[in-house]
Amino acid sequence: MAERWVGSTITAMAAALREGRVTAVQLLSEAIAHRERTDSRINAFLARTDELAERQARAADERIQREGAAAPVLCGIPVALKDVLCLDGVATTASSLIIEGFLPPYTGTAVQRLLDQGAVVVGKTNCDEFAMGSSNENSAYGPVGNPWDVERVPGGSSGGSAASVAAGVVPYSLGSDTGGSIRQPAALTGTVGFKPTYGRVSRYGLIAFASSLDQIGPFTNTVEDTAHVYRAIAGHDPLDSTSSTAAVEDPLETLHEGVAGMRLGVPSEYFAEGLEPGVRARVEEAIETLRSLGASIEEVSLPSTDAGLSTYYILAPAECSSNLARFDGVRFGKRSEEASLLRSYLATRGAGFGPEVKRRIMLGTYALSSGYYDAYYRKAQKVRTVIAGEFARVFEQVDALVCPTSPTVAFTQGAREDPLAMYLCDVLTIPVNLAGLPGISLPCGLSEGLPVGLQVIGPRFQDARVLRVAHAYEQASGVTALRSPMVAEAAAA
Amino acid sequence: MTTQQVESRGLEGTGYEAVIGLEVHAQLLTRSKMFCGCSTAYFDAPPNSNVCPVCLGLPGTLPVMNREAVEKTVLTALALNCEIPPFTKFDRKNYFYPDLPKGYQISQYDLPLSRNGFLEFAVDGRTVRAGVTRVHLEEDTGTLKHAGDLIHEATSSLVDLNRAGVPLMEIVGEPDLRTAEEAREYVTRLRQVLMYIGVNDGSMERGSLRCDANVSLRRAGASEFGTKVEIKNMNSFRAVHRALDYEIARQLQVLQSGGTLVQETRGWIETEGRTVSQRSKEQAHDYRYFPEPDLPPLQLDSAYVERVRGRLSELPDARRRRFESQYGLSAYEAAILIASREDADVYEGLVSAGVPAKLAANWQIGDVARLANAHHVPLHRSGLGVAGLAALLRLVDTGTINGTTAKELLDELYIPGGDPLAVVSERGLGQVNDAGELGTVVGEVIAANLKAVADFRGGKEQALGSLVGQVMKATRGRADAKMVNALLRERIGG
Amino acid sequence: MARMTLSRDDVAHVAMLARLGLSDDELERYRHQLDAILDAIGRLNEVDTSSVEETAQVGGLVNVWREDEPRESIGSERALANAPDRDDGYFRVGAIQE
Repeated sequence: MAERWVGSTITAMAAALREGRVTAVQLLSEAIAHRERTDSRINAFLARTDELAERQARAADERIQREGAAAPVLCGIPVALKDVLCLDGVATTASSLIIEGFLPPYTGTAVQRLLDQGAVVVGKTNCDEFAMGSSNENSAYGPVGNPWDVERVPGGSSGGSAASVAAGVVPYSLGSDTGGSIRQPAALTGTVGFKPTYGRVSRYGLIAFASSLDQIGPFTNTVEDTAHVYRAIAGHDPLDSTSSTAAVEDPLETLHEGVAGMRLGVPSEYFAEGLEPGVRARVEEAIETLRSLGASIEEVSLPSTDAGLSTYYILAPAECSSNLARFDGVRFGKRSEEASLLRSYLATRGAGFGPEVKRRIMLGTYALSSGYYDAYYRKAQKVRTVIAGEFARVFEQVDALVCPTSPTVAFTQGAREDPLAMYLCDVLTIPVNLAGLPGISLPCGLSEGLPVGLQVIGPRFQDARVLRVAHAYEQASGVTALRSPMVAEAAAA
Repeated sequence: MTTQQVESRGLEGTGYEAVIGLEVHAQLLTRSKMFCGCSTAYFDAPPNSNVCPVCLGLPGTLPVMNREAVEKTVLTALALNCEIPPFTKFDRKNYFYPDLPKGYQISQYDLPLSRNGFLEFAVDGRTVRAGVTRVHLEEDTGTLKHAGDLIHEATSSLVDLNRAGVPLMEIVGEPDLRTAEEAREYVTRLRQVLMYIGVNDGSMERGSLRCDANVSLRRAGASEFGTKVEIKNMNSFRAVHRALDYEIARQLQVLQSGGTLVQETRGWIETEGRTVSQRSKEQAHDYRYFPEPDLPPLQLDSAYVERVRGRLSELPDARRRRFESQYGLSAYEAAILIASREDADVYEGLVSAGVPAKLAANWQIGDVARLANAHHVPLHRSGLGVAGLAALLRLVDTGTINGTTAKELLDELYIPGGDPLAVVSERGLGQVNDAGELGTVVGEVIAANLKAVADFRGGKEQALGSLVGQVMKATRGRADAKMVNALLRERIGG
Repeated sequence: MARMTLSRDDVAHVAMLARLGLSDDELERYRHQLDAILDAIGRLNEVDTSSVEETAQVGGLVNVWREDEPRESIGSERALANAPDRDDGYFRVGAIQE
């Protein structure tokens, strides 16, 4: 039987569940069927949690019966979790061999908040190892294919989470974004990907890559769905000292208020050399759409944008070199047994980490090591101040920024073997992490038949405003109709 | 900061002086660990039972600061006369070791919680003021067990993370100490302060208080330092003294025989009475400190600091001075009575219960201390308790019983406890001070000891003592000695 | 300021600090790649930071702490469940000294 709900939205599913037109158990079985239909080609899933999901779906159906319209929006809706998010008793690998078989004895806060809403977890998604990468080619469990063209990358590092939504398996997933790892794959797969303000969503239970930059966020098909997921996962958590105590604004209250009278900045540095003409064209059209909706468009300058990449490639590796020290084969994970402890450390970590992870650990260790700290780490921390300051000044002038998410559309697997070329993928997303800002990527059309992402960036804690701008564009442009070819396969089946 | 010229002792005549700085690690007496909610009562727990995802360093977990640990560190810093800077933060100290679950220790590097303090103490009547460079806060590591307890020979080691994450203060002393005796006294006084303010239990044996030393020798009067050797594994006050004496002598011998010292870490081996080099093939350390991104910094304003200062109980030195002036005690008595906060509290408890200051001091220092030692039970935890002892001493003070009786009663009631007044009346132990009753006994004693009476009359004053003794014996110690004296003198003249 | 290119010893030293056992090929490959990355990172020096404070965190929070209240531990069985090697309630590791 054809799956009727593949490619649908949280909002539509939630309404149908309440009206009794579908059950959570049915939604789950459609999700599993479509996952199995597509995953041999896109490799989006690692652990499959079907038994757990069955129990959750049945419980969700009972809860909807019991609570009716009062049941949380996410109750009974299938979700996929990036495999850097810990879920009690479910294999969590971070796409690395070094913790193959690790079963966390606890559940992270963001995931727990979804479970509390009645979420149905269909599995853990493939990603770049320890969230380090921009193409999802750095996974120990193989690359992820882009549902628009499986020969192409889905972006990274949350490639599996992006692909699982783009293929229509789940209406939403969670990813993590350290330098663009939600927004860039969202752009490349034609999905909505949101990185909230740093400190908005608890990082407890997220396997850390770079602690001062990491933030959990959702992939969805619509901005409204993003608002629903954000509302569920955002808010203070006493288990994460960096999580903000400030009250969370409800983004749904302002979602429909439009952009008339808003001042939107277009940073000229984000349209520099290296931006594909097709990407530039779609983004400029999107900006025109926003202008037509009544926003005033102003060109602004963020002069240190280029330095952001260098800053990031000091700070993120430095933090990761320390964060990944715990993978030593003593308390968990796989150990290469050797004659001495030192040799065991060397062998375990030498064999357990993949090339990109080792490269970044080396880079970060070097940047922190005696004699180099001031020239690299301290300097990068200062440039970070400069970058954050430039954003702050621009936001005195405009309400939000609009720009491309990725300089290119999805590229072919294996096309970027040089690490430096790969690092350029994130040049437009990294500054947002360095400044701790909220940023969203949403589809703004196709170039060469592949999705292009529009990025909206707001001041700190103006997450609701970012969603409002994105929603206004989305509604006016009709891009919500964009779906990868894999979604249609379900209807044809 | 307070480098003071201290005459070098022990090295007199050699032309050298020793320069010693101590680093003391003290576990804080909090209920929960530094960054997670696990209990700090790890000592007798089965291995790896006192742990959670955070202190196990599991992927995805994050630290959350224990407010009380911060406050107790500030309290300590204030007790050690430190400045509390308005801004402080935690840093990661990165190194690999199996007792360090995260591969880094959360510690403090360039902006510690406190700086520039000092500790004053006396050695041989001289006052020594030793600088305290800093007091900072960090997390303790787990513990390792080696097959046969010898790390060199063990083919494998066992890791217990129960202790991992217990809040730990590092108290770094300036190199202001010149002798092993000063070092020992520094640790003794520091421990006393930590226990007084209730931040540490003072147990070097259990490792809740640990001490490392940096020792070097230089030409007496020189301002530059010699080659520094770090001494570890000194697990008692005695060990601190012996290890440093040994190390100073060892360094002197090397220098005097024309050799050069190597900068190294040496371990004190108690059973052999010597230090041995701990050089290993391990790589040189490069801890790659950087700010801990998982913990926001601390801004402790003056209102906070003053509030903590309000928690600061009277420190040992101040209490000793007050005891001398307020209770008229000698320096010796006061020093003994303030040795621990409990002792000093007991003393003030006795005085406030109506026991005269001098009487209370004599008994507490004498017989009470003897019994506490013999039974391994301090008075405040004995059956008699402070209230019982006060009741007993009030009976002495009012002359109801004499000293001998009081001592017997103290021995008897110390452990089981009881009401001294009730026992005295029940057994008729009250002092005999009835002139008629005593007069009869005195008459009998005089009649039976005419030789002593003659000696006394002949000028042998001490003969009176034997007569008093006879009266006491006849009354089973209950006679009022003063009255007996007076009656005897009255009857036999003199 | 011209940067010295990385030597093989530099790379080996960093690998040892990070406890990464690397083959000769890997050492050589990382030497080239790190050199290229560090060259590119040199762009940082184009930004004037002479009067700029460092940013370690962007959250702007201070004094985040919890009360000193003990919580239940997870118990040794769950603590040890993921251990590659365990012995009588302990995690076991190989000889610490070579």
